[in-house]
Amino acid sequence: MTKNSALKKVVSAPYLVWAALFIIVPLIFVVYYSLVDAGGAFTLDYIKSIGRYKDIMLNSIWLGFVATIICLVIAYPLAYIMARSTKNVQRTMMMLVMLPMWMNLLIRTYSLMILLQDTGILNSVFSFLHLPERHMINTRGAVILGMVYNYIPYMILPLYSIMAKIDYGLVEAAQDLGASRTAVLRKIILPLSLPGIASGFTMVFVPSVSTFYISKKLGGSTFSLIGDIIEMQFKSANNYNLGAALSLILMVLILLCMAIMNRFTGEDDDGGVLI
Amino acid sequence: MKKLLFLLLTLALLGCTVFAVSAYEHEDYYKGAKKGEVLNVFNWGEYISDSYEDGMLDVNREFERLTGIKVNYVTFESNEDMYAKIKNGGVSYDIVVPSDYMIERMVSEGLLQSFDPESLPNYHYIDSKYKNMYYDPDNTYSVPYNVGMVGLIYNTKMVDETPTSWKIMWDEKYAGKILMIDNPRDAFAIPQKILGYSFNDPDLKQLDDVAQMLIDQKPLLQGYVMDEVFNKMESGEAAMVPYYVGDYIIMHDINPDLAFVYPEEGVNIFVDAMCIPRTAQNVDAALKYINFMLDPEIALTNAWYIGYASPNTAVVENEDYADMAENQYLYPDDEHMPNVEYFHNLPQETLNRFSELWNQIKMAGGTDNSVYFGFGVTAAVIVFYFVYRFFQKRRRQYWYDFPEA
Repeated sequence: MTKNSALKKVVSAPYLVWAALFIIVPLIFVVYYSLVDAGGAFTLDYIKSIGRYKDIMLNSIWLGFVATIICLVIAYPLAYIMARSTKNVQRTMMMLVMLPMWMNLLIRTYSLMILLQDTGILNSVFSFLHLPERHMINTRGAVILGMVYNYIPYMILPLYSIMAKIDYGLVEAAQDLGASRTAVLRKIILPLSLPGIASGFTMVFVPSVSTFYISKKLGGSTFSLIGDIIEMQFKSANNYNLGAALSLILMVLILLCMAIMNRFTGEDDDGGVLI
Repeated sequence: MKKLLFLLLTLALLGCTVFAVSAYEHEDYYKGAKKGEVLNVFNWGEYISDSYEDGMLDVNREFERLTGIKVNYVTFESNEDMYAKIKNGGVSYDIVVPSDYMIERMVSEGLLQSFDPESLPNYHYIDSKYKNMYYDPDNTYSVPYNVGMVGLIYNTKMVDETPTSWKIMWDEKYAGKILMIDNPRDAFAIPQKILGYSFNDPDLKQLDDVAQMLIDQKPLLQGYVMDEVFNKMESGEAAMVPYYVGDYIIMHDINPDLAFVYPEEGVNIFVDAMCIPRTAQNVDAALKYINFMLDPEIALTNAWYIGYASPNTAVVENEDYADMAENQYLYPDDEHMPNVEYFHNLPQETLNRFSELWNQIKMAGGTDNSVYFGFGVTAAVIVFYFVYRFFQKRRRQYWYDFPEA
């Protein structure tokens, strides 16, 4: 018994050190910076200034939410089809999902910008086909497209891994007992895949809400998100305190959203949930 | 056999003279580097000649070849980015290249160290016009690298008039085709001149007026840009942008439809200069590097590549450079000289207001009522779901309790 727990300690040590150094300590710094002013004296001014950033925070959360829902709608059937396919098809489809992730997010977003521009590739194709040209870049839709495009693998992967584990016998049993297709989906597939939905939701929602590069390139920085404002505080405005305060509040808001999300899935979760 | 050896030797000698790149001035000055010496340089992006194409030189490679010092070259996008990095430490650079007002600020905060430019053998090439500048009255902190002005770059295919005023950037005709420069000092400078203000008035009320103009302009903008400006202007994606003259010269080579003007209200003139931060680790190599940048050959290749005006007399007087030296945008004579003003450092209170207003400008617009509507609908759906679940549970419970009912 003692030997076992000693082994546990040794095995978990690298991660504990990692977590302390790169998660706990930075978090303490964020909290500290958000509660002091430039001189190091205690102040709540930065936290209180949240009122001024309310609109942009809501906007970021909303765009992130919409992107996440779109990801879910696209990824859910795909993950189901993947899970039901033969091993060979699964491998190929998995490859296609992973392939874009081999390229850097910055490059993918930059190429989206070049595709969507008024003088970009898509519009050139439209005008070649004598279709009306469309203004796509620097709109809210472009930002959401960027989020969906970049983060959809993070929705597909957890959904797929959960669905691959679903015992198909349950579906057959339900069908034998006369359940309709919708009943099978509603009563069997959906409840069993809830942990996958929850972790996919987290993995897409969190980076979407706090992104800054995507909105900068595809929103033309006229559609700034809270991530852009936070980045600006650290990168050029040299206001670490405001930046930290905004990050902290954003973290709390994201936690709140995740808590609401967990109310939907919490009751039946079996360890697949991230938060 | 002897003959062959002789021939080989002659060839080798010839080879030496043919392949040796022309010598630099005062080569002795660069001697004596220790093995493994490193020099950390922090400069603007696209601000040094970095290839051997078209008869130019890769300046950093040349410096490494000449001195044996390894150059670690890092770039930044704006004075403010650079300042934030230096101010917060963590990294130490041996050379930085801030603009005038930023040098003033960094000197006042003790972020730069003094040195004696007169001790550099090539310092006499610097035009006396650019010595004893307001930001460095005794020439103890900086050596000028480039000089430039901000003007309006526009696409003649998309703008049918010939602009003379900054006001065209508020013209609704060009909505969605206007780009704005993405750093606070340069962006504020434009409404400041339209309103007839100085760049350097610390008055907070004036700043508010200026910010309001930028917020009003925002619906007309395609975006705020820095280095993306090249792509957007060269491809004809945007019609106009206020930007640095040197970059116009580069863009014009690629897209000849682009034209340039110094609007009548006035423009910003700036000097970017090489400085040594207080935390520099290798001052000796830094001085060598600064001197190397002043070398006529190197300064010339840089002036060609970067396209900005050079404060180096050896460049301006060079015959090969004559067509650039006659360019009235780069080196305007008295007749073509626009109404110019330098940026100065501002008091802390004004700087704080600056960044507050800049945040507000960046956040303006973008959010409309559809967001609140969306949140409302989502909240309603969530509430409905829980109410539905609640009643469903009650119903089930009822069946369990009274199965025969």
